[in-house]
Amino acid sequence: MVSPLNRKLLRDLRRLKTQAAAIGAVIALGVLLMVMMSGLVNTLEETRRAYYDRYRLAEVFVPVTRAPERMIERIAALPGVAVAEGRVTGSALIDTPAGELPIRAQALSLPDPDKGQLNQLYLTAGRVPIAGHSAEVLLLDGFATARGLVPGDQFAATMNGTKRTFRIAGLVRSPEFLFTTPPGELVPDDARFAVIWLPRADMAALYDMEGAFNEALISLMPNTVPASVIAVLDPMLSRFGGTGAYAQPDQASNKFISEEIRGLASTSQSIPPIFLGIAAFLLYIVVSRLVQAERGQIGLLKAFGYSGIEVSLHYLKLVLVIACAGATAGALGGIAAGNAMAVFYQAYFKFPFLVFQVDPRAFVISFAAAIFAASGGSLFVLRRVFALTPAEAMRPPTPPDYSHRFDPARSLKDWLDQPSRMVLRRLTRHPGRMGGAILGVACGMALSVSTLTMMSGFTRTVDLTFTVMDRSDMAVTFALPRSTNAVYNLRRVPGVKSAEPVRYVPVILRNGPHSYRGTVEGRPSSPVLNRVIDEQVRPITMPPRGILLAQPLADILKIAPGDIISVEVRTGRQPVLQLPVAGIAQTLLGAPAFMEIGALNRALKEPGRVSGAFLTVDSDQADAVAAAIKDMPAVAGVSRKNDQRDALVRIMNTGPGSVRFVMLAVAAIITFGIVYNAARIALAERSRDIASLRVMGFSKGEAAFVLLGELGAVILIALPVGLLMGRGLTYLIVKGFSTDIYQIPVVHSPASQGLATTVVVLAALLSGWLVKRDMDRADMIDALKTRE
Amino acid sequence: MANSDIKTHPAFRSVGLTKVYGDGPTAVHALRGVDMEIPSGEIVVLLGPSGSGKSTLLNILGGLDRPTDGQAWFQNTDLTAMNDRNLTLYRRDHVGFVFQFYNLMPSLTALENVELVTEISDNPMEPSQALEMVGLKDRAHHFPAELSGGEQQRVAIARAIAKRPTVLFCDEPTGALDSQTGRSVLRVLRDVNQSLGTTIMIVTHAAATAQMAHRVLRFSDGEILSVEINETRLDPGEIEW
Repeated sequence: MVSPLNRKLLRDLRRLKTQAAAIGAVIALGVLLMVMMSGLVNTLEETRRAYYDRYRLAEVFVPVTRAPERMIERIAALPGVAVAEGRVTGSALIDTPAGELPIRAQALSLPDPDKGQLNQLYLTAGRVPIAGHSAEVLLLDGFATARGLVPGDQFAATMNGTKRTFRIAGLVRSPEFLFTTPPGELVPDDARFAVIWLPRADMAALYDMEGAFNEALISLMPNTVPASVIAVLDPMLSRFGGTGAYAQPDQASNKFISEEIRGLASTSQSIPPIFLGIAAFLLYIVVSRLVQAERGQIGLLKAFGYSGIEVSLHYLKLVLVIACAGATAGALGGIAAGNAMAVFYQAYFKFPFLVFQVDPRAFVISFAAAIFAASGGSLFVLRRVFALTPAEAMRPPTPPDYSHRFDPARSLKDWLDQPSRMVLRRLTRHPGRMGGAILGVACGMALSVSTLTMMSGFTRTVDLTFTVMDRSDMAVTFALPRSTNAVYNLRRVPGVKSAEPVRYVPVILRNGPHSYRGTVEGRPSSPVLNRVIDEQVRPITMPPRGILLAQPLADILKIAPGDIISVEVRTGRQPVLQLPVAGIAQTLLGAPAFMEIGALNRALKEPGRVSGAFLTVDSDQADAVAAAIKDMPAVAGVSRKNDQRDALVRIMNTGPGSVRFVMLAVAAIITFGIVYNAARIALAERSRDIASLRVMGFSKGEAAFVLLGELGAVILIALPVGLLMGRGLTYLIVKGFSTDIYQIPVVHSPASQGLATTVVVLAALLSGWLVKRDMDRADMIDALKTRE
Repeated sequence: MANSDIKTHPAFRSVGLTKVYGDGPTAVHALRGVDMEIPSGEIVVLLGPSGSGKSTLLNILGGLDRPTDGQAWFQNTDLTAMNDRNLTLYRRDHVGFVFQFYNLMPSLTALENVELVTEISDNPMEPSQALEMVGLKDRAHHFPAELSGGEQQRVAIARAIAKRPTVLFCDEPTGALDSQTGRSVLRVLRDVNQSLGTTIMIVTHAAATAQMAHRVLRFSDGEILSVEINETRLDPGEIEW
C-alpha cells in the first residue's frame, strides 16, 4: 500500500506539474546534449576503427618515384611489418563540358583480386572491372554522387599526357578516401576531386610502371611503432625517390576525420557540462523556493511527530523524482538524438555501416550531476527550515525589520507611485533572491549570446578567409614546379588582370619531440592577392629570412618567434633546413607555414620556381579564362574561389559545425525555461500581496504591474550581466569547436548580441503574458485565504 | 457531569516558564514566568486577548517550541530538557494538535490525512473509526477543498485523536467557524475527552467555550491572571456565543 506521505508526494507532483516539467526539461536538455554528443563521438570512433579494420586500411604509406617490384619482398621482410603491397598511383584530369573547369583526379591500381589485402574497396553499385576490359574503371562513390554519374556512364580523362575514354563498371567507397581534398586546397569537396581505380596492368602501362610500383602500403604487426619502421624504410627507399613514408594518422582523409571527431569530442567535453551546470543552478534556485513555500507543511509534519530526517527524505524524494525523470528523458532523448546524428554523420563521413556505441560514463556523470544539483539545492534550504521549531515553521516567517535600513523607495517617494515603490522595495530588500533570479536569467542570456557569437564566428571565418586574406578569383596549380615564366604566361591570358606566384613545398616540421607534416607556402614579400594577416587583421610582410607559422601550427609544435625550427623538405633533394621562426600568422583555415618565395627557393637551391598562381580576372571573361588555362599543358588544376568558399560553408553547416544549431535551440529553450520559472516563482510568492491589492481596489493591470515590474527589472539588470557572462562563455565554447582544419574566431558582433537580447526579451514577454493570464484567472478570495 | 476519570498526578506542570521573542528594545515577552499545574483527563480552556501568551504556552507544552527560561513537565518528564529527537518522539507518541486553520494537507483526502498520523503511531485506532467518531465516515474520500470549514476541522480532530494521544492541543479550533458548526466541533472534543480520557487544552478567544471546561486559565500579558474550576459544566449544545 502506498503510504499517505508518498501519496502526498504524487499529488504534489501533479499540482506542480508545470513547474516540475519546466525544471525537468532544463535538466533533460543538459543531459540530452551530454549523452548525445558523447554517444556520437563514441559511435564515430568505433565505426571508424571497425571500418579501417574490416577494409584493412594500411598503417604506413610509402610514396616513391619508381621502385622495382622485388623491393616489396624486402619491405615485407622488415621487422614489425605484417603485410606489404605495391601499387601504382598517378594524377589525372577528367574532361568536362566546355566552360567548366577540368576536374583533378587520382588514379590508383586496383588491389590484386587474389593476393591484395590492404585498402580494400566497398562496392556500392555496379561490379568490379572484368580483367581484359581495359577501358573499365571503378569510380569513387562520393564523386559520382556529386556529379550524378552511374555505372555504365562514360567519361574521358587525361593520364600522363594520354587522353582516354573510360566506362564506369562500378562505384566504390574506400576507407582511404572518406574525404577528398583537391590538391593545394584545404577544404574537402566531393564534386571537385575524383578517385579512379584501374586494373594494375593498365595503370602500369599508362604510368610506365611495368614491374615497378610508386607507392607501397604496409600493415604492421601488433604493438609495432610506425616510426620505427619508417626510420628503416626511408633510407632504404631514398634511392628510388622516396619522399618519406608516413603513418595512418598523417594520411589526408584520416587526418581530416580525426580532426572532425576530435573537435566533436572536445565540444562534447566542454559544452554539455556548461549547459548541465546552468541547469543545475536553475534547479537549485527553483527547489529552494519550492521548499521555502512548503514551510507550513513541513512544520505540520514535524508537529505530528515526523522526524527531521523523515520530512527531509520526503522533500528529497520530490526533487529526485523530478531530477531523475528529467535525466531519464534526457538520456533517452540523447540516445535517440545521438543515433539520429550518427546516421547523419554516417552519410557525411561516408561510412558503409555504423557501430552504435553509447558512452555509459555520460549517463553516470549526467545523472550524478542532476541528482547532486537537485538534492544540494533542497538540502541547503531544508537545513535552514529544520533549524526552526515546528511552531515557528508553521507561522509565517517574521517580517524582517527594515526600519533602520536604507530604503531607496522611501527617498524616491515623491517620484514613484506605490506599486513602483513596491517593485523597488522588493528588489532592494531581497537582494539574495533577486540576485539568484538575475543570475539565472543572465545564465540563459549567456548561453544564447555564446551560441550566437559562435555562429558569427563561423561567418567571420568564411569572410576573413575569402575576402580579407584571399582576394583572388582563381587559383592555378601546376603539375610540377615551373619557372616564373609560367606566371607571365598566365598574365598574358586575355581577361586575367593580375597573377601572383605561390610555391608549395611538402615538409615535415620538427621542434624537439613535436612534429607536423604539412606544407610551406612561398609567397611574394608583400602578397596582394592572397595575404597573410596577423591577429589585428593587418597584412604581414614576408620576412627576408626565417619562416612564419600559423598560430595553430605554433601551438602544435610548441614553438615561439625566435626559436629555430627544423624543416625536412619532402621533395627534390630533400634538404633539412634549420630556420628561425620569424613570426606568427593568424589563419582560420589549416595550419600552414609561410616563407618569402625567393628565400624558400634559395633554401631549396631551386631558384625561380613556382607551384601555381593566384589570379584576378575580369568577371565577364571568367569562363573564357578558365577555358584558356585548362588547355595549358603544365596546368594540373584550376579552382574558383567561390567553389572553395561554398565547400567550406557546406562543411561547416553539415559537419560538426551543425551541432551549433542544436546548441542554439537548446540555449533558447533553456533561456525560456529560466525566465518562465522566475516569473512563476514570483507569482507564487506574491499571489497574496497581489490579491490584497485587488481587494483594496487596484485594477488587474495595476496589480500585475507589481509582479511584472519586478520581472522586467530582473530582466533589465540580467541583460548586461548576461552579455558579459556570454563573452566569457564564448571563449570556452569556441575553443571546443575549433579544429586543425578551421579555427573559429571570437567575434562579438552587435547583431548576435542584439539577437540574444531579443531572445531573452521575447521569453520575458511570453512568460509575463502566461503569468498574467494565470493571475487574472485566480480568485482573489482564495488567494487571500491561502495561508502563508 | 461526572469527573470519574480525573487522575491524581498532573498531566502538565510548569515553573517560571518564560518565552521572549527577539531581543533588545524590540523584544516581546510572550510568557513571563508562568507557574501552573494541569490535572490529567480534564478539558482546560485558556482564555485571554491576542498576544497574552496562551498559544505560546500551548506550543511549549506541545513540544513545538522551547521556552527561553523556566521548566515544564509532561507527567514526570522534563520537556525543557528534551532534545529535538525526544521532542519528536513525544509529539509522535503523546500529543495531538488541532489548529485554527485546520492545516490539512490539501493534496490528501480526509482519510489519507488521518493515515498520515496513524502510520507513525504505535497503537492508533483505525483511520475510518477516527472519522466515524467525528461523524465524517461518509466523507472519508473527499479532499479538503471539497469539505466545509467545520468538516475540515472535524477531519483535523480525527487526525489528532486517531493516534489515541494522551493530550490534545486545540489552538482556536472554532475560530474560523460559525457558531452552529463551532458547537458541533466542541461536542466532538467533549466526546473524545469522555470516551478516551484525553486531556484537552483549548486556546480560544470565545469566552463562552469556558462553560464546557473543567478548568479555565485566564491569561493577560504573558501571565496567568486566574484559575477557575467549573463545578457544573454546560453541554456544548447549550453554549451561546
